[in-house]
Amino acid sequence: MLRIYCPICEEARDEPEYHYAGQAHIVRPSDPDQCSDQEWGEYLYFRSNLRGLHREMWYHAAGCRKFFNVLRDTQSHEVKASYRLGATPPDQEEVRL
Amino acid sequence: MDNSQKGGSGIERFAQMNQRSPVKGLSRSPLAVLDKITISGENPVILEEHSLGQLVLRGQPTVLEAALASLRDLTLPVKALTSCEQDYDCIRWLSPDEWLLTLPVEEVFDVEKALRDQTSGHCAIVNVSGGQTVLSMQGVHAIDVLKKSTSYDTDLRNFEVGKVVTTTFAQAQVCLRRVNVAHFELIIRRSFANYLFAWIQDASAEYGFVFNRSDSQA
Repeated sequence: MLRIYCPICEEARDEPEYHYAGQAHIVRPSDPDQCSDQEWGEYLYFRSNLRGLHREMWYHAAGCRKFFNVLRDTQSHEVKASYRLGATPPDQEEVRL
Repeated sequence: MDNSQKGGSGIERFAQMNQRSPVKGLSRSPLAVLDKITISGENPVILEEHSLGQLVLRGQPTVLEAALASLRDLTLPVKALTSCEQDYDCIRWLSPDEWLLTLPVEEVFDVEKALRDQTSGHCAIVNVSGGQTVLSMQGVHAIDVLKKSTSYDTDLRNFEVGKVVTTTFAQAQVCLRRVNVAHFELIIRRSFANYLFAWIQDASAEYGFVFNRSDSQA
């Protein structure tokens, strides 16, 4: 089971309290009307499926009911860092050390 | 019911209604059907249901803090997972913009109206008295029942007196507060009350169990 630190509750809690909420830092195109079908389709549906450090959103469903970001290693499931939405993501290289 | 209007704009109209029925016996607590239940044991877990008025306060802490201080002798807890208790009132931190206030059920509608009058802007005061119920669980084995029911670390080193956590409990959720070393307060959904009652009764059976209801009208 994952132990995830909630930066809002300022505590680590067990995974059943949370819901996974997808890849983080996806920027919505500023003018969707000017997007090509491909650009819009990629924004809506295409997600990276990487092996290693992944920035993703989690929702503290059974706690403070807020979304936040998590930096997780998809190979080892190790949660490297948690940070609030809108906060600067920790440098991946720095975290790896 | 009275239709209140704030700020002279039609958009801000809303209905204010006292949820508590003036007719005694019409509003019942979720566990009202249960009689006093006792399972004998040396140190029984004592479970009580309290009929308390409950208000959810949402908005900017600065606005709510001033409104609350003018009405009740309470400080808005802005630090995560903390609470403030005074006499029969208690306010709990739920999230950075959400608090749960409990107070005597007779006073809840007046406080609800007064809080609305004293707040403005992007905030909400919602009476949730009918949607949730407050249980208190005491006894030396209360902690053991919690350990069976939640994955949260309820040890005194981590879960000190006055701390509030919203977490999973059995297959449902609970807003849990440590009132004293061996005294816990559980705020649960009305629709889960029967299920969680049965769970707590079952988990307490080996220590002994006593259920009391402080008032059948909630």
